Parts: sequence; C-alpha cells; structure tokens
Amino acid sequence: MIEIHNLTKCYDEATVVDDVSLKLPESGITAIVGPNGAGKSTLLSMMARLIAPTAGRVLVDGLDVQETPGAVLAKRLAILKQNNQVNMRLTVSELVAFGRFPHSGGRPTVEDKRHIDEAIAYLGLNELRDRFLDELSGGQRQRAFVAMVLAQDTKYVLLDEPLNSLDMKHAAAMMKLLRRTADELAKSITVVIHDINFASIYADHVVAMRDGRVMLEGGAVDLMQELVLKDIYDTVVKVREVDGHRLGLHYL
Amino acid sequence: MQAAASMTVRVRPAAGLMLAVGCVLVLAAISLFVGVADMPLGDLISGDGSAQAIQLLLVSRIPRTVALVLSGMSMGVAALIMQMLFRNRFVEPTTTGTVEAASLGLLVVALLAPGLPVFYKMVVASGFALGTTFLFLRLVSKIPAGSSLVVPLLGLMFGGVINAVTTFFAYRYDLLQSLATWTNGDFSGVLRGRYELLFIAGGLAVLSYLAADRFTVAGLGESFTRNLGLNYGRIVASGLAIVSMVSAAAVVTAGTVPFLGLIVANLVSMAVGDNLRRALPWVAVSGAGFLLACDIIGRVVRFPYEIPVGTVAGVLGSGIFLFLLLRRRARFG
Ligand SMILES: Nc1ncnc2c1ncn2[C@@H]1O[C@H](COP(=O)(O)OP(=O)(O)OP(=O)(O)O)[C@@H](O)[C@H]1O
Ligand SMILES: [Mg+2]
Repeated sequence: MIEIHNLTKCYDEATVVDDVSLKLPESGITAIVGPNGAGKSTLLSMMARLIAPTAGRVLVDGLDVQETPGAVLAKRLAILKQNNQVNMRLTVSELVAFGRFPHSGGRPTVEDKRHIDEAIAYLGLNELRDRFLDELSGGQRQRAFVAMVLAQDTKYVLLDEPLNSLDMKHAAAMMKLLRRTADELAKSITVVIHDINFASIYADHVVAMRDGRVMLEGGAVDLMQELVLKDIYDTVVKVREVDGHRLGLHYL
Repeated sequence: MQAAASMTVRVRPAAGLMLAVGCVLVLAAISLFVGVADMPLGDLISGDGSAQAIQLLLVSRIPRTVALVLSGMSMGVAALIMQMLFRNRFVEPTTTGTVEAASLGLLVVALLAPGLPVFYKMVVASGFALGTTFLFLRLVSKIPAGSSLVVPLLGLMFGGVINAVTTFFAYRYDLLQSLATWTNGDFSGVLRGRYELLFIAGGLAVLSYLAADRFTVAGLGESFTRNLGLNYGRIVASGLAIVSMVSAAAVVTAGTVPFLGLIVANLVSMAVGDNLRRALPWVAVSGAGFLLACDIIGRVVRFPYEIPVGTVAGVLGSGIFLFLLLRRRARFG
C-alpha cells in the first residue's frame, strides 16, 4: 500500500500540493484526474521521490520514500513522467533493457531477457525493437517508455499521462494492457489521465484534484456525476450511460 | 537460418571494432617512421647506424605515437561522457571552459609554485577544471531545455572569459608562449619522460567503461536515473572528475586538440548509437585514429616542416563540425 500523509509542496509563495493524505490500494488501477495545474504531476513525482516535499511523507509498503535507498525502492516502485525529452540514440530494446537495471545491475540474466521481450511484445513494439528512439513517432516513443517501466516489474507503477500522443487504437490498447497487468500480475497502477471516460471504464479507484487539494476519492461512479464534474473542471459535462458505462460528453 | 542471422548480428560489431583497431595500428606504425630525421626500416634491421635509429625510436618516435594514441582516446571518451552529463551533443572540454580553467590552474601554479612536480601541477589543473565545469553545468541547468546550440555558445564565451584572465596574467608575467602550448596541441615536442601523465588519462578512459551503463542512464535524464535507483549526483560527480583529469593531463603534456572529441563522439553516435557500452570502445579507437591521422598529415604536408596537430585537427574538425551542425538542424528542424 502507498500511504500519503499530509503531503505539501510549495514553490516560493505558491502551494501547488496542499496537505494531501491518501491511501492507494495494493492492486488495481487508480486514476488521478483534474484540470491543468491541479498538482497531479507534482504529487506523483513526490510519491516517487523525484522531488522532495515541503512537508509530509510517503510510505510505500511502510518504507519512507525519502529515506529508503534508491536501489531498494526501484524494485518496488517505478514512475514514468509526463514529458520525457530524450534525444539519445538508443534502440527500443536497449531502452527497455535499462528498465531491468535495478534487478540486473547491467548484467541481464535469462529472467531479465524474458521480461524485456515480454514488455516489448506487450506494447506491440516487436517490429520496432531495433529502431533508434529518434527515428520513432511520438506515440511509438511513448510506448517504448511504458515498456521500459513495465520491464522494471515493480509492484507499484506510476504513469503520468501514459496516453500522451497515442491514437485511439493505441490509447484503448494501453488501458486494456494496464487493466490486464493489474489483474494478472496483481500490480497497483496509478495513472494520471485527462480522458475521464477512460478513467470511468478502466479505473477501480479515482482521485480527483483541483488547486492542489483532493476533491474526491472513490469509485468511478462517484466521479461520473454532472455536478461533481462541474465542480472539478468548472465546465459543463453531460453524462450518459452507454453499454453499462457512464461516459462524459464534454464536446457539446 | 535464424541462428545464422543472429550470429552475424552478434559477430559483426566486434569484427568492425577489430578492423578499426587494425587501422589504428597501421596509423601508429606509419607514425613511427615518418619524421624529419630519416629512419629507414633497413637501418633498424641491418647494423648500419642502428644504435642511433633505435635511440631515436625510443626517445622520440615511440613516445610521440603512444602520446597520440592516449590523448586521442581519452579526449574522445571525455567528450562522450560530457555529452551524456550535459545531455547536449555539442559539448566537450574545449566548448565548456574546462580546458581554459585547467590552463588557468596551470598558470597559477607556474606563478606561485613553479618548482612543483608536474604530477601536482596536473592535480591543481584538474581541480580548477572540475570546479569550473561543475559551475557551468549548474548554469546550463537553469537554461530552458530545447536550446541545444545555446549551451556550446555560452560555453565558448565562458571559456573566452577565463582565457582572457589567463592571457592577461600570462602577458604580464611573460608566459604567453607556455600558454599557447597548453591549449594548442602539438606532439612534436613529446619525448620520453615528458608525456607519461597521459597514461593516467588513458587509464581513466579505460576505467570509465566500467560505469558505461551509468553514464548512459544519466544521459536519459535525472528522473530516469533516480527511477532506476541510481544516485544521479554521484554519476555526475564521477563523470566530471574523469573529464577534468583527462583535460588537465592533456594540458600539462602535449596540449588539447579542440573539437576532436566532439566530432568523434558525434560520428560514433550516428553510426552505432549512444549506448555507451557499445559506443565507448568505438569513440576511444576512433579518437586515437583521428588524432594519429591528423598528426601524420601535419608532418608530411609541408615536409620537412611540421604543422601542429591542433591546427590540422582544427581545420578538418571545424569543417566536419559545421557539417554536423547543418545536418542536425536539417533533421530536427
Ligand atoms: N518547478 C516549479 N516551480 C514553480 N511552480 C511549479 C513548478 N512545477 C510546477 N509548478 C506549478 O505547480 C502547479 C501544479 O503543477 P503540476 O505539473 O503538478 O500540474 P498537473 O496537475 O500535472 O497539470 P497538467 O494536467 O497540466 O499536467 C502548476 O500551477 C505549476 O505551474
Ligand atoms: Mg501533469
């Protein structure tokens, strides 16, 4: 379980994450939603010890992320950030192989190779595995990064907008893949996501943020209410039921 | 069939590298026998004047060739490591103020403690280089990403400022001539007993292979590095230490060769990519080969006079550098 206690982050005067306390479950998919600038990425980065909180702490299975050695945490928790500017010429399979570094220390075993091949196959990158990253499209590169994080094979996976620059087919495939990974391997996957309909369909647990605070914590059904969505996003979203799923129509 | 295919894939890179090593050995052999003083191979084998020929070989030609190989490989490796740490393709010790700082350090020693053994001179010079490069890295991290050409431009200015200070004092204390030899590589003066510190640089280049994976991960950025459980700060510190010591060793012996590392690292990146496990050996071998070739050209172009290798590499290098700049621009808009 990931426990977040009174987590706060301030930049100069601005408080961008404001006294957030949460418990994220042992397994399943948690979706973090909210408008731009709500503090979602900041929260995720603090959970993964990429930035230090101003106050509060995060425990992953009881380990304080600020104090636990990086190498220990890297076998339990993996994060993919929102913007990954990488201009290195690595091939897809080389990149994914680096996801095994916490386990292999640079000397991959048969077991590591299996994880690498699986992750590549999972994300449909078999044909692209020997291509250099700078020769891929944005969506292909995004999938390669996700493959790297999955190859790390951690119980907790944090993904900041993994659907970034994916087309319809690949976005849906990505969510299905995360669903399957969470179910079959009993992992806890936390995704920051802007498309509330994906959250509605695939998430077990939803956290909605606004102005650095948690507005709502609960199931997808709790989120998919017209009044709730209006509160969070400051915009009118009609909610309709289609095939048993509640979908928001924000295009109208 | 499939086994055969994977075999060739696995064998070919190593075979290519072996071929490259072969080329460097040929260049090294040529370097041994090209020079102002005649040294026909026949003299070495027959008895005629062979004592003199062997003397020449031991005192001058072998040291010069070894120095070229060590400098070339360590400068290439230093540049590649730096490019990972700065996450920028256009940095190397001569475009970031590193070499200028090492010269300043050496000048300070020359003024305050001229009798210091050369090893300690190198230590002081690497200290200056390390401090300055670290400062520059901090400065660069404040610049918004995406302006990759700003970094080397800023670095050249930064180096220029340091160089101005150094030149001022060198002028006042009549050390301008020494200053010129520190930064503009010239291997004609390399003699036995005057280049051995380069073995430290060469050793560091070889040693850095042990941390190849870490430097590659650092090239992916701080977030990736921390996510994989590695200590980013420690990787940066050790990388900068290697770069500074290599630069200082070059400055106190035969001088640095501008753009050599930068060009070699870029060409290797285009050919085999940036996975340092694969790229580092290539950069080391190509750096040695390129420097040997430039030095040989410098020796034969105006025979019996010599053009310093720094000048040859500068002319060849700036041409290739411009080509790289334009090519990158064309590819990435
Ligand atoms: N390094 C920083 N310095 C100052 N302010 C920052 C910094 N990083 C983020 N902020 C501010 O913190 C707030 C929250 O940023 P954050 O990236 O967490 O938002 P987000 O919810 O992920 O938004 P988005 O949906 O656009 O990705 C924003 O107002 C942002 O301007
Ligand atoms: Mg964000």
